[in-house]
Amino acid sequence: MNARGRLLSAALVLAFATAAGAAEGDAPDDVDAPAARQSDGQRADPWEPFNRKVFQFNDDLDEAIVKPVAKAYKALLPGFARTGVTNFFNNFADGWSAVNHLLQGKVASGMEMGRRFTWNSTFGVFGLIDMASEMGLERQSEDFGQTLGRWGFASGPFLVLPIFGASTVRDAIALPLDRSMTPGALVHGGSNRLAIFSLELTNTRADFLAATRLLDEIAFDRYSFVRDAYLARRRNLVYDGDPPELPEAPASAPAK
Amino acid sequence: MDKRTAVLKKMLKLWTLLVALAAVGPALAQTAPDELVRQISNDVIDSVKGDKAIQAGDVGRINALVDSKVMPYVNFQRMTASAVGRYWRSASPEQQARLQQEFKTLLVRTYSGALREVKDQIVQLKPMRSNPADAEVVVRTEVKGKGDPIQLDYRLEKAGDSWKIYDVNVMGVWLVDQYRNSFAQEIGSNGIDGLITKLTERNKAAASKG
Repeated sequence: MNARGRLLSAALVLAFATAAGAAEGDAPDDVDAPAARQSDGQRADPWEPFNRKVFQFNDDLDEAIVKPVAKAYKALLPGFARTGVTNFFNNFADGWSAVNHLLQGKVASGMEMGRRFTWNSTFGVFGLIDMASEMGLERQSEDFGQTLGRWGFASGPFLVLPIFGASTVRDAIALPLDRSMTPGALVHGGSNRLAIFSLELTNTRADFLAATRLLDEIAFDRYSFVRDAYLARRRNLVYDGDPPELPEAPASAPAK
Repeated sequence: MDKRTAVLKKMLKLWTLLVALAAVGPALAQTAPDELVRQISNDVIDSVKGDKAIQAGDVGRINALVDSKVMPYVNFQRMTASAVGRYWRSASPEQQARLQQEFKTLLVRTYSGALREVKDQIVQLKPMRSNPADAEVVVRTEVKGKGDPIQLDYRLEKAGDSWKIYDVNVMGVWLVDQYRNSFAQEIGSNGIDGLITKLTERNKAAASKG
């Protein structure tokens, strides 16, 4: 692991320790603040001021560099080439998904993702062409954060990471392992790594240009919108699209 | 006119009546909630596929589509009320009407963004686990196209003889839950009128951008 990775891990361990401590000392919030009931998102976000700063940093970086580069990339590269790039990175993710399916004890879907990976790596020319989807083997993505969730690790507080964006303590702990299975990490040489990671980042950002434009239009406060959606979606993914109901009373039954 | 033609005409009339009955029959009988969702989904996808204006993002056309194909099956008042949460009851009827109107505009815009992406997707129903006697059910579907399938679930309530949608889940996020927090924040600091103003501003800004 490189120096930045070590620094990140150290910061995470520290963050985790703090979180554990904070959780123990937490008073039930209806005793603390009966007037201002906290939402699920706020309860899961004790480090909101810090997170908002990182969120702002990511936004600034995005506006200044990442988004303009992604726009240029999208304008310059023909659609089939960008699809090829997406497929290539997705194929690595598929291989890692297969492992995570197996780690979660889901043998059938693990084998299916394994078959996807094998087909696309060979007949799909190193993953550039998504042959498996044409054959009806559909993607079912799993990462190590989901595996930890399946194993019973709580997600912990919400956390915004520089560059990587929305996360939780659990997902951030899983991230170094998830990242170690990407093309950028598997290649040798620092400049190669940086180049591949930059391509991955640019390509991903280009795929999300329409989505972030929509986000600007429909969200009141982009930070809390992203946070709440991220937390709901990750919880949903851990339970494979069918999470149990949250214990909180729905707001359709007014308190007063 | 000879006798044979007359008999033939009579038979034809009878036949037409039978066909008409067969077509109307299923519509009159109670449609199961999952079947209803399937019909709406397919109806919308087919309409988008056959309409270049919608694919190009024509807001007027999309609104017309939503009003004719989707809204009759949505309890939009309940949807807005749940998103506004415990403040709904303290809102005046005028405020409630404004909230519904602006919230709908906001959601239709979200929806139109998704409709623009419709190409060769198909909607598949997932098995239902609810009891046929339930008054509220969840219908789970998947939109399949390229890449990961997109999860699209609906909560429906029984409304007399039919079913109405009152919440939608896109990729694991329930729409009403998603908006409840931001609505509560806005009402907490600026009241219900503050929320209406905010929604209106948002909608105007987006509309002027095209």
